[in-house]
Amino acid sequence: MTQSLGLTLKIWKQRGPDVKGALQTYEVRDISTEASFLEMLDILNERLVLNGEEPVAFDHDCREGICGACGAVVNGKAHGPLKETTLCQLHMRHFKDGDVVVIEPWRSRAFTLIKDLMVDRSALDAIIQAGGYVSVNTGGAPDANAVAVSQELSEKAMDAAECIGCGACVAACPNGAAMLFTSARVSHLAQLPQGKPEAKKRVASMVACMSEQGFGNCGNERECEAACPKGISITHIARMNREFLKSFFK
Amino acid sequence: MALDAKIPGGPLEEKWDRHCFDMKLVNPANKRKYTVIVLGTGLAGASASATLAELGYRVKTFCLQDSPRRAHSIAAQGGINAAKNYQNDGDSVHRLFYDTIKGGDFRAREANVYRLAQLSCNIIDQCVAQGVPFAREYGGLLANRSFGGAQVSRTFYARGQTGQQLLLGAYGALSRQVAAGGVTLFTRREMAELVVEEGRAAGVIVRNLVTGELERYAADAVVMATGGYGNVFYLSTNAMSCNVSAAMGAYRKGALFANPCFTQIHPTCIPVHGEWQSKLTLMSESLRNDGRVWVPKKAGDTRKPSDIPEGERDYYLENKYPAFGNLVPRDVASRNAKEQCDAGKGVGATGYAVYLDFRDAIVRDGRDVIQRKYGNLFAMYQRITDDDPYTLPMRIYPASHYAMGGLWVDYNLMSTVPGLFVLGEANFSDHGANRLGASALMQGLADGYFIIPYTLGGYLADRPYKAHTESSGAFNDAEEAVRQRIEGLLNARGRRTCDDFHRELGRIVWEHCGMARSNVGLDKALSRVEALQEAFRQDLAMVGTAKGVNQTLEKAMRVSDFISFSKVMIADARARQESCGSHYNLAFQTEDHEARRDDADFAHVSAWKYTGEDEAPEREVERLTFEHVKLSQRSYK
Ligand SMILES: Cc1cc2nc3c(=O)[nH]c(=O)nc-3n(C[C@H](O)[C@H](O)[C@H](O)COP(=O)(O)OP(=O)(O)OC[C@H]3O[C@@H](n4cnc5c(N)ncnc54)[C@H](O)[C@@H]3O)c2cc1C
Ligand code: FES
Repeated sequence: MTQSLGLTLKIWKQRGPDVKGALQTYEVRDISTEASFLEMLDILNERLVLNGEEPVAFDHDCREGICGACGAVVNGKAHGPLKETTLCQLHMRHFKDGDVVVIEPWRSRAFTLIKDLMVDRSALDAIIQAGGYVSVNTGGAPDANAVAVSQELSEKAMDAAECIGCGACVAACPNGAAMLFTSARVSHLAQLPQGKPEAKKRVASMVACMSEQGFGNCGNERECEAACPKGISITHIARMNREFLKSFFK
Repeated sequence: MALDAKIPGGPLEEKWDRHCFDMKLVNPANKRKYTVIVLGTGLAGASASATLAELGYRVKTFCLQDSPRRAHSIAAQGGINAAKNYQNDGDSVHRLFYDTIKGGDFRAREANVYRLAQLSCNIIDQCVAQGVPFAREYGGLLANRSFGGAQVSRTFYARGQTGQQLLLGAYGALSRQVAAGGVTLFTRREMAELVVEEGRAAGVIVRNLVTGELERYAADAVVMATGGYGNVFYLSTNAMSCNVSAAMGAYRKGALFANPCFTQIHPTCIPVHGEWQSKLTLMSESLRNDGRVWVPKKAGDTRKPSDIPEGERDYYLENKYPAFGNLVPRDVASRNAKEQCDAGKGVGATGYAVYLDFRDAIVRDGRDVIQRKYGNLFAMYQRITDDDPYTLPMRIYPASHYAMGGLWVDYNLMSTVPGLFVLGEANFSDHGANRLGASALMQGLADGYFIIPYTLGGYLADRPYKAHTESSGAFNDAEEAVRQRIEGLLNARGRRTCDDFHRELGRIVWEHCGMARSNVGLDKALSRVEALQEAFRQDLAMVGTAKGVNQTLEKAMRVSDFISFSKVMIADARARQESCGSHYNLAFQTEDHEARRDDADFAHVSAWKYTGEDEAPEREVERLTFEHVKLSQRSYK
C-alpha cells in the first residue's frame, strides 16, 4: 500500500575537501513509500533550489543498482538498511513516518571528499589500472568457442565479476581496506583460462597498488561482505590471498 | 549539397575488406604524433580509446562520471548478437544482416548493416579473450538465447548484466592503456563546445565538473561516443546523465542530425508510479522468451490476475502474431500494449500496464531454471514494486529506451564536420527506424574495436600533425561562447526548477512524438515546446556559481539542449509523411494497424542542418538504395 512519510534528515554538508563540514537538518513531508531514496533526495533538492539554497550534492546515474555511482552511509550503514541493495534501489517503504535519517558520505583514507556526499574514488580505478585485465590487444583473438570453460567455473567467475565498484566495502571496513573490491577482480580473472597466463603478475601488482593508494589492511572484520550491494563473498579474499602467495613461487 | 555516404564499390560481401585495403595507412612510427580525443567511455568510447592507443595514437578520453566504468552501457541487461551460428539453427551473416534491415523497417544502409553483421563474430572472440564471463552450456561452450525480432538463437549474455560485463572488458582494455601511457583519462568532464578550425574538428572545450573550470584540448581528430538522447522524454530507461548536449554542440557547429524522430519505446518497463518518479526501469526483453503478455479480455476488469480464468485472458501478441508471438520487435510490442491500454484493458493502479506472466514457464521448466535465467531481474522487479513475480505476473508498460537517430555519419563513421567521428548510440548508422534487441552493444563495439581504428587512419594519413593549438582564435571564441552561456543560465532568478521544465518537455513529446504521432499533434507539440523554451529563458530557478560542483547548472545546460533538440525531433517526425518502425503516424497505417511505409518518397535518411537557435532547421536527404533485400511490408504474423 502506498503511504506517505514525514522524515527528519540529517545530511552531511561540506563545501569542499579543505573546509569543515557538519550535519545539517532538513524536514521532508509527503514522501511516497513507493519513491526511492534518491527520489526522496530529489524532492528535497528541488525544494532547496526553489528557496535559493544549495542542494545536496550526491553522485548517482543509472538508478538501477548497476553503475556503482551512488552510495552514502545511511544511519551508520553503507547503502542503508537493506541487504544487497544499493542506495538508488532502496525504497522509502523501508522507513517509518517520523524516522530520523542520518546521511553521510563514504569516509576512508583513500577517498577524498569532493562536496557533501560526493567523494573521489579514483583510487579504485588505479587498482584496476595496475593489472585488472587480460593483456590482449584488439584483433587476433581465437574463436570464442576454441577453449571450453566449464559452466561451474564461468558461473563462479561471474559471481566475482558482479562487483559494481561502488566503494561500499571500503567505506564499511574499519581499516579502510579495498580487499573485497580487488579480490573480486583477481578472482574473476584467475578462474578463467584466459586470465591464467598473467595471474601472478596481476595479483602482485594489484595488491601493491592497494597499499600505494592508501587503502588499509584486511582485519577479517567481514564488514565489507555485509555492506556489499552485490553480495560479493569474502571467499574471494581468501582466493586472492592464495593467488598472492602463489605469485612468490616461480 | 547531396549527402555522400562514401559507400565503397564492389559486392556487398567484399566492400569492407576492400575498403580497408584501399584506405591509406598511417605509418606506425607516426601514429604517436597524432592526438585523438575520445568523448565517452561507454562500449563505443572505451573500445575505441583502448584500440586506438594499442595502435600507438595518443588518446585523450573524457567522461562525465567519476570513473569510466560507470558509463550508461553498464546497464544493458539482455545480451549481444553475433552471427556465430553456434546453435546450428540456420543463422549466418546474411541472416543477421537481413533481420537488422527488416527490423529497422528498411530505413538503414545496406552496406553499414552488412559490415556490422560481419564484425559481430569478431566481437565475441575479442570479449571472450578479455575474460568476459558469458553464460555457458554444461559442455563448456557458449550459450545463446533468442531475442525479439529474430527466429534464431544468436544472443550471447552474461546473466542479466551483459552490458556490465562487456563494459568491464572494454574498461579493462582502457585501463591497461592508461597504465601504459597511451590514454590520458579525464573523468568528471563535460564537453561544452566542439572547436572547429578551418572547417575541421580541432578539439573541445570541456567543463571540469569538480572545479567548474573550462579546459581546452586540441587534437587531430575528435571521436564522439556520447550515447543517446532518450532522456528527451524525461522518463526513460537511460541513466540520469544521458544527454544530447554533446551531439547538439556538434550540430550547432555543422554536423547534421539524422533521423531524430526514430526513438525506441521499449515494451517491457516497470510502469510509472508518481509525479516524483525520476526514471523508469527496464525489464530485459529476454523475459519475453518465457513470459507471456496478456490483458483481461473485458475492459475495466479489476479482478486480481489469479482470479481471471484462462478463457477471459487475451494473449494478444500470441493471437495476433502467431509466428513470432511474444517475440515480435519492440515497436510492434509497444504499440500493441498502448492499444490495449487505450482500449481500457490496461491493468494496475493507473491502467497503464499489461501483464508479463511466468506462471506457465515456471510450471514447464521449474522455478530453478527460471531463477537461473532471470533471478536478478525478478529481484530487481520485486525491490521496486514490492510484488513477487514468481507468484504474480509482472506489470509492464513501454518507456523511452534508445535513440536510433543521431549525428549523421558516412560509411567511415565521420560526420559532416571533417575530423569529427561519431560512434555508438550517438550516431544514426545501423538501426533504421527500429533497433532489434541485443544489437546496440554489437554496434557500439563494432564501431569502437573494429571500424574506427581503420577509418580514422584513413582520415589522418593525409593530415599534418598538430594542426591545431589550444591558444588559437577558434579555441578562444569557443571558450568565450561557453562562458557566456553559463553566465546567462546562472543569472536566471525564476521560480521553476530544471526538473520541472524537463518533466513538462517529457510530457509534450511523450504525448505527441512518442508511440503514435499525428500532424495536428506534432504542430501542437512544436508550439508548446516553443512556449516552454521561452518560459525556460524567463523563469528558471538557479542557485550556485560557475565555480566548483554545481549539479543544478549541469542539469540546466542539459535540459536547455533537450528543449532545443526536441524541436528538431518534432520537425523530423512532421516531415516524414509515412509510418515506419518506431515512427508511427496515425494517418499512415495498414488495415491491420501496422506501419505503412512510403518507399517511393521516404526511403531516405533525413539529416537536419542547424540554421540558428530559433530558426527552423533545414532538411537534407540521403537516398537509401536496396540492392540485396527486397522491400516488403514487415510482417511478423
Ligand atoms: C536499461 C538498458 C538496457 C539495455 N540493454 C541492452 C541490451 O541488452 N542489448 C543491447 O544491445 N543494447 C542494450 N541497450 C542499449 C545499449 O546499452 C546502449 O545503446 C549502448 O550501451 C550505448 O553505448 P555508447 O557507448 O554509445 O554510449 P553510453 O554507454 O551511453 O556512453 C556514453 C558516454 O559518453 C559520456 N558522455 C555523455 N555526454 C558527454 C558529454 N557531454 N561530455 C563528455 N562525455 C559525455 C558518458 O560519460 C559516457 O561515458 C540497453 C539500454 C538500456 C537503457
Ligand atoms: S545510481 Fe547506479 S548503482 Fe545507484
